[in-house]
Amino acid sequence: MNGITIALSKGRIFEETLPLLAAAGIVPLEHPESSRKLIINTNRPDVRVVIVRASDTPTYVQHGAADIGIAGRDVLLEHGGAGLYQPLDLNIARCRMCVAVPVGFDYQQAVRRGARLRVATKYISTAREHFADKGVHVDLIKLYGSMELAPLVGLADAIVDLVSSGNTLLANNLMVVEELMTISSRLIVNQAALKMKHEILQPLIDAFAGAVK
Amino acid sequence: MRRWLLPEAIEDVLPAEAWQVEVLRRRLLDAFRGHGYEYVIPPLLEYVESLLTGSGRDLDLRTFKLVDQLSGRTLGIRADITPQVARIDAHLLNRSGVTRLCYCGSVLHTLPAALTASRQPLQIGIELYGHAGTDADAEIIRLLVLALQLSGVAASRIDLGHVGVFRALAAGAGLDADLELELFGVLQAKDLPTLREIVKGAHIAEPFRSALLALPECYGGSNGLAAAAARLPALPEISAALAELAALARSVKDLPVSFDLADLRGYHYHSGVVFAAYAANHPGAIALGGRYDKVGLSFGRARAATGFSLDLRELVRLAPHAAAPGMILAPCAPEDLLLGQAVAALRAAGEIVVDALPGHDADWAEAGCDRRLAYRDGRWQTVSLE
Repeated sequence: MNGITIALSKGRIFEETLPLLAAAGIVPLEHPESSRKLIINTNRPDVRVVIVRASDTPTYVQHGAADIGIAGRDVLLEHGGAGLYQPLDLNIARCRMCVAVPVGFDYQQAVRRGARLRVATKYISTAREHFADKGVHVDLIKLYGSMELAPLVGLADAIVDLVSSGNTLLANNLMVVEELMTISSRLIVNQAALKMKHEILQPLIDAFAGAVK
Repeated sequence: MRRWLLPEAIEDVLPAEAWQVEVLRRRLLDAFRGHGYEYVIPPLLEYVESLLTGSGRDLDLRTFKLVDQLSGRTLGIRADITPQVARIDAHLLNRSGVTRLCYCGSVLHTLPAALTASRQPLQIGIELYGHAGTDADAEIIRLLVLALQLSGVAASRIDLGHVGVFRALAAGAGLDADLELELFGVLQAKDLPTLREIVKGAHIAEPFRSALLALPECYGGSNGLAAAAARLPALPEISAALAELAALARSVKDLPVSFDLADLRGYHYHSGVVFAAYAANHPGAIALGGRYDKVGLSFGRARAATGFSLDLRELVRLAPHAAAPGMILAPCAPEDLLLGQAVAALRAAGEIVVDALPGHDADWAEAGCDRRLAYRDGRWQTVSLE
């Protein structure tokens, strides 16, 4: 394809990317919530958007199926970022990566005792790194959703998950005991695309950089 | 048990593709030979210390290892042929003048180099020893472009870099080895947000701080180099590196050249100019190369060295394909001398002629035949298979 393809995921990332795209003069012609199309054209004939699952964005861009994409730092850390350029923090879809435990569970004491914790998470690499840095042994349990349930039913002692408002934790009687990092979304660029389609991509990257809050 | 199953990212090369790979291999080696490159065939495995000479941890992790039953030492199956060729030049040939070597062979990777890459690439490349000037680098780049042309692939972009720039900044800023390694990874990814955090946390002094922050943005077309020079401190090493790049760019200015000063692939291994070739419809670089003047030293003799290599199978996948030519079926008649002459003449003209074997009349189209020899008007003629 001569133009460029942008990989975006539905929901928060798509919504918060719209103003950035607008700053670059790009308006998608359809909305993924109302359309079932996975390839969406824009007002510019040389730019199209593909709708992918958030955790798949780096794979599409790395493989050149999309030239650029927008992916959360959480997703990029799990993917490893091989073969990608990450030139810009877009400061959108902000949240925190946290360790949470049931209210009443003495996390610090358990860590001090050197207990082997069972931790449920979707972010296996990030959690493994974090606990290895702390010097804590953990058994990681990979889950794909509803992490908050795991400690309530005795599947895990703690969870590592994204927290934005904290309301889900509160509703399930969990509390944050540690913050790993703040998360926001980044612009990712295929390495060959940046070289080969420099003339189209550079103005886009500059426009995004100018529109970041 | 599924006995037919191969390990992940390991595959057979099947008939049509196998000939394409072999034809291209011959064509490239012939071209290298015509430019004075001698052919070497290094061994599949060596002591792991020799294979990993001068390379980073990356190549170590990518090398399959086993224990030699004769010596008890660890052997590695080569993951890259270049260090082997450097060893041959430095220790075995021992020439003082310019030495040009080419090679082609399979290498093995524990981890595939990219998402869809094979773990058994077919590496083909050339190395030029004994000349430190940019003329040698230009010769390598021209042969790289020729290799792509011979396969029918246009080099859309030749990206030049120079590891000396980051090395000078790291030395000037007094970075320790760990921090240098961390920054190296971040620069490779042009990860500006993380770079800002690291530079801030490590209290790096000016002008190195601004220069490091500018480095990921020092890329672009032929005018990018002057812009980059303005953003980097005027250290002698940096000025020398930029002058080298400018000279190289001038001598290949008919090619689509661009720059990227943060492309530090093979940083541990390379010592000067590095380059990468990009082609349409390929998500990464199709060929990589550069200067590695220090590697020979660990084999006993420092030698100026530059070269490039690529995965021949990756190149074949990218190359346009003409349909394989159909074969001609010759009837089974060993005592017919006229038929024998007709077949020999067709084969000499480059046609593929297969001798029919009795009892397989229905299967010849499946075997790839589209014509047959028939005796008509007093001679053997090629007619359609029907």
